[in-house]
Amino acid sequence: MSGLWNDYENNNFYDELLTPSGNPRVAARQLVSYLGGLSPDEIEARKLAAESTIREMGVSFTVYTDEGNIDRAWPFDIVPRVITRKQWDLTSAGLQQRLTALNMFIDDLYNDQKIIKDGIVPEFVLKQSKNYLKECEGISPKFGVWAHICGTDLVRDKDGQFYVLEDNLRVPSGVSYMLENRSIMKRVLPEVFEKVEVAPVNDYPARLLDTLISLSPRNVRKPVVTVLTPGIFNSAYFEHAFLAQQMGAELVEGQDLVVQDDCVYMKTIAGLERVDVIYRRIDDAFLDPEVFNKDSVLGVPGLMRAWKAGNVALANAPGAGVADDKVVYAYVPDIIKYYLDEDPLIPNVETFLCYDDKQRQHVLENLDKLVVKPANESGGYGMLIGPHSTKKERETFAGLIKANPRNYIAQPTLSLSTAPTLVRTGVAEPRHLDLRPFILQGRESYVTTGGLTRVAMKKGSLVVNSSQGGGSKDTWIVDTSGKETK
Amino acid sequence: MLSTVAERIYWAARYLERIESTARMISIYDNLLFDLPRSEKLSWYSLITINSLDREFNRQYTVRDERNIVKFMLGDEINPSSVLSSLRAIRENVRTTRDVIPGESWELINELSLYVQENMDQGIGRRKRHEFLDTIVKACQQILGFWVGTMPRDEAWAIVMLGLNMERADMTSRHLDVGSAMLIEVADDDQAVNSVQIILGTVLRSVHAHQSYLRSTRSSVSTRQVIQYLLDDRSFPRSLGFCLNHIEASCRSLPNSKPLQEKIAQLRQKAVEEINEEFSPQEFREYLNRLQIRLGGLHQTIANSWFPANP
Repeated sequence: MSGLWNDYENNNFYDELLTPSGNPRVAARQLVSYLGGLSPDEIEARKLAAESTIREMGVSFTVYTDEGNIDRAWPFDIVPRVITRKQWDLTSAGLQQRLTALNMFIDDLYNDQKIIKDGIVPEFVLKQSKNYLKECEGISPKFGVWAHICGTDLVRDKDGQFYVLEDNLRVPSGVSYMLENRSIMKRVLPEVFEKVEVAPVNDYPARLLDTLISLSPRNVRKPVVTVLTPGIFNSAYFEHAFLAQQMGAELVEGQDLVVQDDCVYMKTIAGLERVDVIYRRIDDAFLDPEVFNKDSVLGVPGLMRAWKAGNVALANAPGAGVADDKVVYAYVPDIIKYYLDEDPLIPNVETFLCYDDKQRQHVLENLDKLVVKPANESGGYGMLIGPHSTKKERETFAGLIKANPRNYIAQPTLSLSTAPTLVRTGVAEPRHLDLRPFILQGRESYVTTGGLTRVAMKKGSLVVNSSQGGGSKDTWIVDTSGKETK
Repeated sequence: MLSTVAERIYWAARYLERIESTARMISIYDNLLFDLPRSEKLSWYSLITINSLDREFNRQYTVRDERNIVKFMLGDEINPSSVLSSLRAIRENVRTTRDVIPGESWELINELSLYVQENMDQGIGRRKRHEFLDTIVKACQQILGFWVGTMPRDEAWAIVMLGLNMERADMTSRHLDVGSAMLIEVADDDQAVNSVQIILGTVLRSVHAHQSYLRSTRSSVSTRQVIQYLLDDRSFPRSLGFCLNHIEASCRSLPNSKPLQEKIAQLRQKAVEEINEEFSPQEFREYLNRLQIRLGGLHQTIANSWFPANP
């Protein structure tokens, strides 16, 4: 061990690159030895090169502040996170299994509700869900798929096992950063790519396009596919533009579309042109002012009519978020068993449902050890992280839970895995991270090779969201088969 | 193509051309002041007048000196035509049309924006100004070169060419305007003859026309011939006539362009008819003023034909 790794201590967590004794994990061997051979100045130079590459590539995200919206350069750490091909293949199968079951669940909820009649999932779960849309009842989209694009958050605990932390079935973002992270990495550390068999990630846009095309209601040779964005003030605008460009799709805003006779058209220089598929990056509530939020200027009046009439495909389908609820989450293992008669390949994190008297009692007694989450929020907002909380915060949450027990779940504080992350010139320290792979489902299903690794840049912090100071890393899936014999 | 996208790439092309033109205008002006006899008191302020920016300038500055004027033209955030503002606009327009404009040009535009922001002091000070402006001009040509070399000749291309040639036509008329303003200023001077030569040469250089002018006219620089060349030459890509021909050609390849084609034909006819070889500099400036107003009208027709209706 040398250089960067001299003083690296990974404490009691599972480290993605190094074993507790300080040896590199098999898939990370060449990477660790290469980085170890660089001087602090050389590492710093690579880091600076990455930063200027990011500015030149214009990779940014928007942060909302009181002073207005700020476009920030994408935070990136040049030490990649490495996973073996073998483990990834298993994880990938688990994700497909999970999404297949979740889509069957959503389709069932909006139609026969067998799973409720059979007593597997209690009816209140549906009633309390903010994301259940009455307007969607009786509809079954093509292939029975509602959530076509899903970004599932995975974490690794002490034991090195992946757990599903949450399913993002509404408008998950981050995939463009996964792709850009790889481009940055290839420019900054090209030598390592010569030595290590890193699986490519760049087929995602093509697979996304295939998925979207497969949804087209019209049987035409080249269906018109659009990406519907709320506009440049949205935090993920960079991604919307990026994906449209990578797919050769039209990037549209609500004002570019119009509904006539239950068909969707876009306003072009030659007049109106029919739209077949909309990859919408606008929340349900803003999609159609005729049906939902009346004041929405982001959406398209009549869009729901056109969708219900089967004249346009929406990805993800409205109402898919019903399964993106932390109470539903607790039932996913049962959901998989019910629809597929299989055991889940990737376990859930143990989850306590506050509506259940016994479980709530346990939660209230252990607030200092648990993470409490509201059922319907995303982005890490409105959470209580027990071990890092003050007495006052715990009291506030106890009140919230008692007032609305169905809206809260609690989970044990996980010992999130770590990976070496540059914290100053030539010094790497362990920082906690998670992983967001993206799963596509249409005619076929597909899982990204790896995903977006997000890392909490502050020491000890578990918050990886980029809006709250999180960073990111490139994610390498490395084939190690046969390595041992060489 | 989406109407909103059409509008954005039209402006992206116009701003790209405007940035290059502004950088070149300052650079040429800078040079000219070295060449003219010291007795000539050419003022930097004509750069402001020529670009119709008097109001914006006077709102912020009281002293009309070189430093303030160059700063206003290059790095001012309130001046909508400054290099900095134009870059911001082009970046925003390209950012929102990344699905149509070649992706690599987005990076080139980012690089140029970063360069301009980081080196603005070089442009405002005198010592490294030439290098700074030169880098901007080259970067603009690099971006345009990238589009020329990679964009399919489809509707998006026609719109890019439309924006580019509209801005060129407008800018050529402004460069001619700078020249006439200077000719008026030096008219009463003893060394006027020499100064006229220098000024006309400058106007030609400011639209990259010097070399081609000499080759095509095979004569020395005269006011009459320069006007003729920059307004009506058929082969020089920045002459008014050439730009109008290309605007017309671009329109023809776009849908619903009948009214526009007629308008262009009218404009061209008038613009050529009204050229009078015996123009006094003052009359010429009035001519240019009318021309700029007509180009403004042409822009409006383009907007009405293809851009989204203003809500």
